[in-house]
Amino acid sequence: MALLDFIQKLLGLQKPSAAMAKERLQLVLAHDRSDLNPELLEQMRREILEVVQRYVEIDLEEGDVSLATEDRVTALVANLPIRRARPKPLPPVQPPLPNPDDPNQETKAEAEMSSQPAATDSDDPSETISETRSETPTGDGAEAAPAAADPQPG
Amino acid sequence: MTPAPARIILICSGKGGVGKTTLTANLGIALAKLGQRTTVLDADFGLRNLDLLLGLENRIVYTAQEVLAETCRLEQALVKHKQQPLLSLLPAGNPRMLEWLTPEDMKKIVELVAGQSDFVLIDCPAGVEQGFKNAALAAQEAIVITTPEISAVRDADRVIGLLNTMAVQPVQLVLNRVRPKMVANQEMLAVDAVTDILALPLLGLVVEDEQVIVSTNRGEPLTLADTGSAAGRAYHNIAKRLCGEDVPLIDPSKERKGLRARFLSKIRQVGLF
Repeated sequence: MALLDFIQKLLGLQKPSAAMAKERLQLVLAHDRSDLNPELLEQMRREILEVVQRYVEIDLEEGDVSLATEDRVTALVANLPIRRARPKPLPPVQPPLPNPDDPNQETKAEAEMSSQPAATDSDDPSETISETRSETPTGDGAEAAPAAADPQPG
Repeated sequence: MTPAPARIILICSGKGGVGKTTLTANLGIALAKLGQRTTVLDADFGLRNLDLLLGLENRIVYTAQEVLAETCRLEQALVKHKQQPLLSLLPAGNPRMLEWLTPEDMKKIVELVAGQSDFVLIDCPAGVEQGFKNAALAAQEAIVITTPEISAVRDADRVIGLLNTMAVQPVQLVLNRVRPKMVANQEMLAVDAVTDILALPLLGLVVEDEQVIVSTNRGEPLTLADTGSAAGRAYHNIAKRLCGEDVPLIDPSKERKGLRARFLSKIRQVGLF
């Protein structure tokens, strides 16, 4: 085992554990210090993305909103690569409209797609889906939103 | 002329087992050797051990509890160290004291011993509950001790956050049980990584040293006999820095790099590269 570890380290396949410890610590301390629970943080992240997406198209795969901490000061750091600016900002997302032709729907669906990978820490993925549905008042709209979102990531 | 007021220093860590009591005992002896009247106070009523580390466990008659109840005088409860008479221990009382002890009680005890000391070191219980709060509220400044392990650093961070809300100042850091070899191999958090994360000035650096266990077995802190152990030297340096002496910090991982760098520069001088 030790030899394998050594070879992996030599080949750069394995990060030194000290660096991992530092990264993990910085992340956990940012949360400890801010007293924000993960659920609230996720909600804030989603809303921030929604607002930003009204103005610019962002690369959700590369995007990242997280807490960072330095010198005992915690900061919210958003790293959102911009694909292109929108010529005209989209209207606000809230409240969601049931009309599938409305550009709002698309923006909202996109934002929700982005939140799914990060939501894996809430054990039940069906929870997120039911949440999505309850947000749209009529059944038609709820069906339309995920359908419109499907071609987006591909 | 009134004597200078005592410095009341809390020694805390959050996590248990990182070396609070060992630091308190060694620092107590080292300060006494520097001519400072020092009182070490065991505030860990639940799990007291400071008496054991100082080898004074058989000489305890009264404790802080009797002093508070005024059933004995402070002088009767204080246990003087035989070889270092400038050092006294005020033993922790019964674990049941935890239930009724208030921050005011703790302050009263500290004020009593402060009247006849230059330094009062409070050995804080682990955790961030009432025992910690009582001790912290009675202190002026604090030493947070941690090891380069993520759990210990995280708990230290909690404690530092709480100390900041209690106006305890300055708060300084002692990094304990550093293994230079592991740090050099990047398998242990480096000294500057810990100080960066916790954002505290580093008061001392203690390398992992088997002699600490030997000295604990004997009830003789390393600073007592001066065997020249690495940890013993580190504790002495911490005591000197507390007294205002400018003793340079030596980062063991840097020193290793330094050797290699010196070797490389030699080669360069010769002109191989």
